[in-house]
Amino acid sequence: MNADKVLKLFSGELRAVNEGLESFAENLIQEGGKAIHVEWRPPAGGDAKAIAALDALSAGCSVDVEAANAEAVRRILASKPTVVGIGIAADVVPGMAKDLILHAGPPVRWENMCGPLRGAVIGGILYEGLAATAAEAEALAASGKIRFDPCHHHNAVGPMAGVMTSSMPVWIVENKAFGNRAYCTLNEGLGKVLRYGAYSAEVIERLRWMASELAPILSEALALRGELDMKTIIAQVLQMGDEGHNRNRAGTSIVIRELAPHIVLLDRPKAQLSKALAFLNANDHFFLNLTMPSAKCTVDAAAGIEGSCIITTMARNGTEFGIRLSGLPGRWFTGPSGVVDGLYLPGFGPNDAARDIGDSVITETSGIGGFAMAAAPAIVKFVGGSPKDAIDVTLRMYEITAAENDAYQIPALDFRGTPTAIDVRKVVETGILPAINTGIAHKEPGIGMVGAGLVKPPENAFRDALIAFAEKYAQ
Amino acid sequence: MKRLTVRKDAYYDSVFLMLAARGIKGMKGVREAVVAMATAMNVELLVELGFNKAELKALSPNDMAVAIEADDEAALEAATQEAFDALTRKKAAAAGAGLVKTGSMAAALKLDEDANVAIISVPGAYAAREARKALTAGLHVMLFSDNVSLEDEIALKKLALSKGLLMMGPDCGTAIINGKPLCFANVVRRGSVGIVAASGTGLQEVSCLIDRYGAGVSQAIGTGGRDLKNAAVGGMTSILAIKALSADPATTVLAVVAKPPAPDVAAKLIQALKDSGKPSVAHFLGMAPRPDEGNVAFAQDLEEAALLAARFAGGDPSPASARANILDDSGNDRYNRPRPQAIQALASTEAASMAPGQRYLRGLYTGGTLADEALFLAQRALGGVYSNNHTDSAWLMADPKLSVGHAIVDLGDDVFTAGKPHPMIDPAARAERIAQEGRDPQTAVILMDLVIGYGSHPDPAGACVQAIREARAAAEARGGYLPVIASVTGTAADPQGYAGQVAKLEAEGVIVMPSNYRAALLAIEIIKHRSGGNR
Repeated sequence: MNADKVLKLFSGELRAVNEGLESFAENLIQEGGKAIHVEWRPPAGGDAKAIAALDALSAGCSVDVEAANAEAVRRILASKPTVVGIGIAADVVPGMAKDLILHAGPPVRWENMCGPLRGAVIGGILYEGLAATAAEAEALAASGKIRFDPCHHHNAVGPMAGVMTSSMPVWIVENKAFGNRAYCTLNEGLGKVLRYGAYSAEVIERLRWMASELAPILSEALALRGELDMKTIIAQVLQMGDEGHNRNRAGTSIVIRELAPHIVLLDRPKAQLSKALAFLNANDHFFLNLTMPSAKCTVDAAAGIEGSCIITTMARNGTEFGIRLSGLPGRWFTGPSGVVDGLYLPGFGPNDAARDIGDSVITETSGIGGFAMAAAPAIVKFVGGSPKDAIDVTLRMYEITAAENDAYQIPALDFRGTPTAIDVRKVVETGILPAINTGIAHKEPGIGMVGAGLVKPPENAFRDALIAFAEKYAQ
Repeated sequence: MKRLTVRKDAYYDSVFLMLAARGIKGMKGVREAVVAMATAMNVELLVELGFNKAELKALSPNDMAVAIEADDEAALEAATQEAFDALTRKKAAAAGAGLVKTGSMAAALKLDEDANVAIISVPGAYAAREARKALTAGLHVMLFSDNVSLEDEIALKKLALSKGLLMMGPDCGTAIINGKPLCFANVVRRGSVGIVAASGTGLQEVSCLIDRYGAGVSQAIGTGGRDLKNAAVGGMTSILAIKALSADPATTVLAVVAKPPAPDVAAKLIQALKDSGKPSVAHFLGMAPRPDEGNVAFAQDLEEAALLAARFAGGDPSPASARANILDDSGNDRYNRPRPQAIQALASTEAASMAPGQRYLRGLYTGGTLADEALFLAQRALGGVYSNNHTDSAWLMADPKLSVGHAIVDLGDDVFTAGKPHPMIDPAARAERIAQEGRDPQTAVILMDLVIGYGSHPDPAGACVQAIREARAAAEARGGYLPVIASVTGTAADPQGYAGQVAKLEAEGVIVMPSNYRAALLAIEIIKHRSGGNR
């Protein structure tokens, strides 16, 4: 029996970690002691099966999970998302076809789709000219002649409803470190837009203008400018008050700055060029559709690593929220989409809100968005009101992530790297759910954005993923 | 009715505006509230809502509009005012109490890589898992939680032992490490007595008395109730603690307080005390008197344990010399053993005015070990004492909530605490019980403890004075007199303060004795002295 460690305790300073009753820590501090308090919650919310999975994984695995996660982290940090151009979905998106409509989130059938997603599907069908009226489009969507598939199954992502059809122009973002690409449509602006389920004539008309005029202008300007290094730009916007998901004002401004000198050189009528620039300027969220595919090609590089429990996808379709793990390729783990706890635009309230929807949570999956909340003081009202609340949100995310980003940094945290690479074990163990920023769609198709806020993902999706992971890898 | 108020050229972020609107919408009499910049879209919305079109059309997107629809003028005014207040209101400085919080033990350990003790008070079902995590991370553990299985306790203590770590608990309520009180503990002077205790309030009583006798405590290590009592646990924590205290240069005296250990374990424990070579005192609650052995003195009660330890700390090298220096003829002097005549004199005064029907001792305890000590003393002196802590099922209270005959009630028992805070934290249940005993004409004397220090209620004396007053008044109304005898376990440095608590009790006519032992002796003596004797 060796008492050395006890003697060391007696001769040193008592430094406690307190788990449970907070007053025990407060008392120690009152007596001049040192204590950190753990806001403890039952692991996995007390779910016996998930706790057993956690214990099984910590007892031993068939592969080296830590090494696999380290590899996933290495790939995420080494990724170099770069905007290489704009193409037409049918030409560039893998598997894209005239009868295929891609949507946000995990797989969902027409009959289970929420209002905004149905509206966007109807709009997509009208845009493709597959039907002449909304009624016809709806009938076609329900007929089984149209195929639906998640954007995520085609190296793509889409905000809100995330509908992508074959003739839409898409950003092409390439991960220069690993050669994989990701795709995303161009942002249509606010108000009545397809991604919020609007399909009126003005919506379709704007989409056509984007394809016929805006996309070629941006594409030509980009060709003159050369590729855009998104990693550098995202690193910059985090130091300019954006967090990369709900606030995109700095990012959109940078894109305009980068492209404007080249746009004005294009051999097109001035009115066209001006209209394009005005369109970018009027839409703070234009940059989101560049951030999303950048995040997508970044985490995609870490997908499919045997034995890694890093989350490589989070996405919602308005009916379900789903995640995928690196070490369980091809499997979705889902739970019901949450109700967003948010602030509302004038004239709207919680009764108008659709459930959580969109692939934009790919930003949090890659370590920005809600995870970088501390970088965006302008929108702290979403998380409680003070910059300290935002800092607390970010600090909490370090507890469920495997790494700190070496490129994306937060000035307010002394340029600490953003919490990056979510470890599903840590989520289940601590009950700390990823902090997700999001916009709120109106529940009726076609009305648009009604607010923004924070959403809680369904805990069971993480537990189910962990249990499946333990079934495959625990010994 | 509607009102539109405009502030020109005043830009606010839309999120702040939405937040302001949300606050106003909840106000009484407010039907609709829009607080927004006058963008074309918002102007259109406000026109649709019926606000003044001409005025709205004149606004620019840099103007801020507050549009309220309310039931009456007063509500309009209040809501408008609130909108502007909300936008200019300075957020109160965040209350930075200085306590750093994290969401997981892993994160806490990352924050303080030198952390060395985990204090765990999570629900029992999860406690072993958390303790295992802490031990695996190399931390000593104080496991406050109860309802941990014996198997888990043994496994945790084996793990701790293999790593040379202290596993205090499960069900460990009290410890003092490096002068810092953990969980339910008192602010005790630092000194040279190292205590190992399997009982929380026993440790509190002994450490406070040591403080009052002018000595101090180097370390006080709780082990949990099963550590010594259960042969399978085998005193794993106690023995390691004694080994460490034996080697600790700051500790010159050892003290052990526990219920009677399993025979094999007792032998091991006493051997470890002998091996230490340091003057030691052991007190096993309720055990028959036992002669001292070498450097080990066996104390008969908590007070004697503290007194012997204090004598050792003061320089007495052996049990024999310590005992020789403890005088028992100096009256009710807290620094010495009580003189029987002094106790008898007090008892006869208190018993003089009692009514003939007042027959029974009623002990109302918040501290389990203190209740046990009183029970053993009363059982020995009076015989036939009921208790919910009784080991003899014949004398177990049929209903712990109703006293019959002589009764010592441990109000910290699960029967009383299911879904309620422990009476040391919330003394309301005891106050009610005091009043209840006061209504029983057969109650002859109320005996009670008062445990202060960290963890306990901020003013336990204040919480029971009203009930004491009622109980005594009820006895007097029946033509009797109700003595209330108490002791306060605590020190002057405790947050509640020893003297103040004593004064509050004495103001009600309570006789506050300097230890639980003496309080019990006096209460027993009063029963013996009550008019007509103990028939």
